[in-house]
Amino acid sequence: MTPPAETPQATAVPAFRVARSARMHRYVLVAFVAVVVALATVPLWAETATTRTLVTFFTLLALAQMWNLLGGYAGLISVGQQAYVGIGAYGVWLIGDVLGIHPFVSVLLAGVLAALIALPIGPLIFRLKGGYFAIGTWVVAEVVRLVVANIQATGGGSGKTIMSAARLPMETRVPGTYYLALAVAVGSILLVYFLLRSRVGLALTAIRDNDLAAQSSGVNVFRAKLLVYVVAAFGCGAMGAVVAMNLLRIQPTAAFSINWTAYAIFIVVIGGFGTIEGPLIGSVIYFALLQTLSQYGTSYMLLLGVIAVIMAAKAPRGIWGFVEKRWDIHLFPVRRELLLESPPPEERKPADRPDAAATETA
Amino acid sequence: MDWVNVALQGVLLGGLFALFATGLALVFGVMRLVNLAHGDLGILAAFVALFLLDSFDIGVFWASLAAVVIMFGIGYVLQRGLLNFTIGTDDTRPILVTFGLSIIIQNGLVMWFSADSQGLDAGRLENASVRLTDQLAVGWYPLIVFVIAVVVIAALQLFLNRTTLGRAFRATSDDQEAAELMGINNRHIYGLAMAIALAIVALAGILLAVRTTFDPSQGPFRLIFAFEAVIMGGMGSIWGTLIGGIVLGVSQTLGAQAFGAGWGIFVGHVVFLTVLAFKPSGFFAKTVTA
Repeated sequence: MTPPAETPQATAVPAFRVARSARMHRYVLVAFVAVVVALATVPLWAETATTRTLVTFFTLLALAQMWNLLGGYAGLISVGQQAYVGIGAYGVWLIGDVLGIHPFVSVLLAGVLAALIALPIGPLIFRLKGGYFAIGTWVVAEVVRLVVANIQATGGGSGKTIMSAARLPMETRVPGTYYLALAVAVGSILLVYFLLRSRVGLALTAIRDNDLAAQSSGVNVFRAKLLVYVVAAFGCGAMGAVVAMNLLRIQPTAAFSINWTAYAIFIVVIGGFGTIEGPLIGSVIYFALLQTLSQYGTSYMLLLGVIAVIMAAKAPRGIWGFVEKRWDIHLFPVRRELLLESPPPEERKPADRPDAAATETA
Repeated sequence: MDWVNVALQGVLLGGLFALFATGLALVFGVMRLVNLAHGDLGILAAFVALFLLDSFDIGVFWASLAAVVIMFGIGYVLQRGLLNFTIGTDDTRPILVTFGLSIIIQNGLVMWFSADSQGLDAGRLENASVRLTDQLAVGWYPLIVFVIAVVVIAALQLFLNRTTLGRAFRATSDDQEAAELMGINNRHIYGLAMAIALAIVALAGILLAVRTTFDPSQGPFRLIFAFEAVIMGGMGSIWGTLIGGIVLGVSQTLGAQAFGAGWGIFVGHVVFLTVLAFKPSGFFAKTVTA
């Protein structure tokens, strides 16, 4: 991209280029691949309990990435992502048990199912803004939950066992579920990463900063938001499907629980809003807390609530926001930086730029 | 005649929904804040009344009145001590903070009172009914709740239209900066608005608690019903929330009558989504800004 040179004012703009990657990002990429490869070896040596614990971690990470994509990038604060988690969980049952497709494949299809359902719902609830949008997403989740809980086919309030998955031998089911969970977690990071690097990413950043200004600069705000809403539904659906595979049992109250969204919000608020790194750090912290404190149940949730309120009120950019501000570190090259290729105009001799000098006298 | 009876129950139920909705609408109108903990604060008030009733020998009326006054105070302190810091920053902070509050209240109530269902006993009033015709009867209690709702909404409307303080509320709602330039202390106005909103929702929570059993997990449902009443009624219209509440109440009771008890709330949601699809500004919208 080069600056236009037709008008005298524009010539005052120095030559620049847009940079997105730095040398450090190569090391980050190597580290990222190394971590993923290391995690991929876990089922070969670890016990079943360990892999199952990691599955929980991966699903929370994916959930947080999806929530952050909505809230942190598109400005869509949802408290109803449990709708798509539940649809994904029931999707595995529908696609695996009813349609007879292999449960490993049905995880992906469950995500697609969630996305398809999100497509008409998005435009409807986009009529609501801000906090009212948030409650609107909650209504949608309640509607889906009530349907699932009230009809006989889905097992009503007591739910269903996912037979297609339960029948798989343990030595394929446990590692299979683990790899699916890993794929959903890594996939959620890559999905957000490539989405942000695309044209849509630029639109999203504009929307996050100022909805109205983005619209008047020619960004199709509606389309960008709908895309993000559907993508997030896909991610949450696939994540919910993995949860169901891991538990082998689905039940409406648990599958459509507001707690899914609460976990996502805690993770993102603690880790950092509107960054890929934030949900990563947040999930590690949240998971560490979960492992040590979850025996306290209610008081644990109370503590998380207090932390979230304090963080949201006092430090809304979270831990990673602090790191970014203090040391200017960005692990994922999704930002666009303007780099000047030549010194700024005032350092040049006026003879170089006669038209620039002319504007000054005019 | 059955259906008329059921619809009538729905209308009366709508009064209670409207009472929950009024505070939500007031706070949004004055400071563009959507309080996701609104329903939980109503349930909290019911627990406060229950606690007072159990601790002191003062009777259900005085315990309830005390709970309303306490919630008024909590509202003012909450707004000035916490929520004011989130207003005027970005849109996401108030949503996240009030969502966190909702989680805190729910889990705090479970810790204090357990997750069991509780009841507030108002004596004979709960079951007495009045016959309108041979086949039509309404309970005294739902009727009283409805009348209280109408009186509260009318009083709030009068307060906003006729008093100096009400004018300050409306001025702040229209233009915060201009109101501040005219010497209004916005922070104080916000505190008062939240205090009034919580006093009203406290009343709603207590009236609900007398009507049915209640437990710490019910707040979100109350929030959702209140929200549906606000949106259907039309944002910015206090009387609209009454109409929205009635539409929701009638939808729920008729839905339950037609498809079975489990489907009543579902039908209410569907009616709400239909209104959102075809008349997103609601029935009596005054302001369009969200």
